[in-house]
Amino acid sequence: MFKVIDSAVPVACWSCSIGHNDSTLFCPHCSKIQPPPGGDYFSVFGIEPKLSLDLSALEHEFHRLSRKLHPDRFARALDNEKQWSLADTALLNDAYRTLKDPLRRTQYLLKLLGAEVSAGDESKEEKSARAPADLLEEVFELNMQLEEMRSARATGETDLALEASLTQAREKYHVLLEAVDEDLRAEWDAWDEGDNVQRSSAQKKMVALLDRRRYISNLVRDVNEVLGA
Amino acid sequence: MKDQMAEGRVVGIDLGTTNSLVATMEGDTPMVIPGVDGLNLVPSVVALDPVPANGGRPTVTVGNSARKALIETPERVIYSVKRLMGRSLEEIQEELKLFPFRLAGDSEAGEVPRIQLGELRFTPPEISAYILRQLKRNAERFFSAPVTQAVITVPAYFNDAQRQATKDAGRMAGLEVLRLVNEPTAAALAYGLDRAKAGTIAVYDLGGGTFDISILKLRDGIFEVQSTNGDTHLGGDDIDNLLLAIALNEIHAEHGIDLRQHPGAVQAVRKAAIEAKILLSTESTAHFDIELPNGDRYQREIPRAGFEMLIEPVLKRTVGPCKQAITDAGLTPEQIDEVVLVGGSTRIPAVRQLVDELFHLAARGKRPHTELNPDEVVALGAAVQANILAGSSKSTEEMLLLDVTPLSLGIEALGGTVARIIQRNSTIPASATEHFTTGVDGQTNVAIHVVQGERELAADCRSLARFDLKGIPPMSAGLPRIEVKFLIDADGILHVSALEQRSGMAAQIEVKPTYGLTDEQVESMILDSFDNAEADFAKRLLIEARNEAETILAAVERAPSSPAWNRLTSDEKTAIKLASDYLNKAKTTEDAAAIHEGTLILDHATRRFAELMMEAAVSTALRGKTMNTAGEELAETVTAPHAMAPAEFK
Repeated sequence: MFKVIDSAVPVACWSCSIGHNDSTLFCPHCSKIQPPPGGDYFSVFGIEPKLSLDLSALEHEFHRLSRKLHPDRFARALDNEKQWSLADTALLNDAYRTLKDPLRRTQYLLKLLGAEVSAGDESKEEKSARAPADLLEEVFELNMQLEEMRSARATGETDLALEASLTQAREKYHVLLEAVDEDLRAEWDAWDEGDNVQRSSAQKKMVALLDRRRYISNLVRDVNEVLGA
Repeated sequence: MKDQMAEGRVVGIDLGTTNSLVATMEGDTPMVIPGVDGLNLVPSVVALDPVPANGGRPTVTVGNSARKALIETPERVIYSVKRLMGRSLEEIQEELKLFPFRLAGDSEAGEVPRIQLGELRFTPPEISAYILRQLKRNAERFFSAPVTQAVITVPAYFNDAQRQATKDAGRMAGLEVLRLVNEPTAAALAYGLDRAKAGTIAVYDLGGGTFDISILKLRDGIFEVQSTNGDTHLGGDDIDNLLLAIALNEIHAEHGIDLRQHPGAVQAVRKAAIEAKILLSTESTAHFDIELPNGDRYQREIPRAGFEMLIEPVLKRTVGPCKQAITDAGLTPEQIDEVVLVGGSTRIPAVRQLVDELFHLAARGKRPHTELNPDEVVALGAAVQANILAGSSKSTEEMLLLDVTPLSLGIEALGGTVARIIQRNSTIPASATEHFTTGVDGQTNVAIHVVQGERELAADCRSLARFDLKGIPPMSAGLPRIEVKFLIDADGILHVSALEQRSGMAAQIEVKPTYGLTDEQVESMILDSFDNAEADFAKRLLIEARNEAETILAAVERAPSSPAWNRLTSDEKTAIKLASDYLNKAKTTEDAAAIHEGTLILDHATRRFAELMMEAAVSTALRGKTMNTAGEELAETVTAPHAMAPAEFK
């Protein structure tokens, strides 16, 4: 049911039998729905891979395609059309979910380029990834404070000084995250507009920035957990 | 019959914990289809009738007529069955403490629990199927044509198993379920129909047994759900149980009578508790005044302030899900333009107060939307969605609903942790692809455990399915590359397919629901197969109409021997006489519609008589007679008009 077809190979439309390039959701000749096309998430929206996206245009296209593809439009169609409507809409939704979110979009593009990126949809195991060198000392200190706070909580004590210190740390990490995001955006532009050399350098930097970002957001999450949001 | 009916109509059904409804679009407006008793709400109560004299299988009664049996023969009645849908034996232990559900003695862990009703056993989907079939018949009577396709609503926070169980129930009732729609989303559709506006709305849905919160963005006819959250075991039932517990405890303490030993009496007190709750939405006090078996009276005043303190912990449980939903949508309360209230429990002033605080409404000069009847709005929305699917109407042509999955989908990884593959609040249909390999040379099977939920450990999540990837070609460990595709469809139900990529072999996989019915089991539970046969349809309508007429006429004939008869005014008696004369004449014709109409008229004329009978029945049941003798008396005396609804399933 989820046959992935090599996107370069022309295929014949199931309905009108006229061949078309397999990167299309609808037959260009008879307009009938087609099985899920090959190609990446960007191609679903008819755009080239890039990192700075016009989100309102993306949403507009998402709605336009949803109106045509959604299973609600095929409730009384042929069985194969129903199946493809389901598979195509899943593809459209997966693509939109990935591309509308800046981090997921970056991770996705890096993966397309063959980089090793962990999804960042965090399971707890992953957090022990290497601490960025400039944060090592602070992280050590923070972990001690978190531990203290947990045992204080367990015995029902409140340590206001400790709480204040953790709240302060959280604010600091938020600032760090914003800085990472700004650096990422700079690399987006470098990648979107650069030549191959610039792209490859931007790619490396983005992988490192994503690692750093994931590390810091895990810290924020731990602090939030201890402070009770 | 008109041509447009050839394709059949798609109806919208709200299969509720307390009440169920069926609705349709009349032109551009959704409307609820009333039952034979003229009422829109069909109580979600199912009763097994007494064993017939010839020893055959007893028939089943649904709705208002089944309600009366709650007091008369509580061991043959079930209500709130929605709480059991798609749940395992272990999961329902809590429910059993609060509800008089009687599990079949031989129920085993791992199989779908069965309820003992009298001498028969039913799974929760079968019970729901009886309710659905009553609604189907109400719709068929209304259209004078068969109805075979439906949209059914479910709580947004229902998991995969609960959704599958609902779909199974539809199939057993002879309905093709074209779509399961989330209740809050349906409500938004009902509200959004005549207002093509843009904005962000929150739907707060506190029903009889479930709570949902959904946040939607409206734009150009597209209803895009941003986030949803909820609690599938939180609702008006919980409030009733608090009041019930107080009454039962006080009766025990003050009068030394433990009513818990008398299921019929408990139901009578529950009825009083529900009435008090409803009264407290408009009055500042309500009273319990219940006659006890020893002739004493249990009397108690319930001030609204006390009631609100009592239920505060229940209402507070809706706060967490609301906040989470707002956060998940990436919004603040101020960014929510409108709030829609759904579900009977939102009539409680304390609930409205809480909603106002949660969304800062009054502070922004806003009020929640309550224009549509909160009991009906979900069914009306289901009818709108039915119309969208039928694709037959201009008014819904531009509308499209994009819903989300309420719970994250994950796979159990090493150490019992969960690897999430589809995050909650992902727009559905949604899919994810995962790759698996073998750990041992020559291994041909890989076991996969799919779970649903937000917790870190698989053991804390809901187990959806365990399945084996079978038929993997024997290779060295780690070499096979099995691609497994998980797809959540537009109903929120999971499908799995797999492919071994090195050999290109589609691995044969068996997705076995951890709990739930197999296809064969569902097939064997289909209520009756001839139900959809169009040829028999007109005949069946006529037979049904005549049966209805006979039942009510027989009841009316016996009525004068009842003490309640003397309490009727002479005008009321005359009205009953005229109506029964009319019906007697009508039933000799071949005109099902005329017979049905005559039944309705007589039913209406005898309504007050039935109420008087019910009153008598309740106090009889409480006067300390054994349930059996009370039941026998009731069987002789209480017949009209609740008994007249033609709800038997042969």
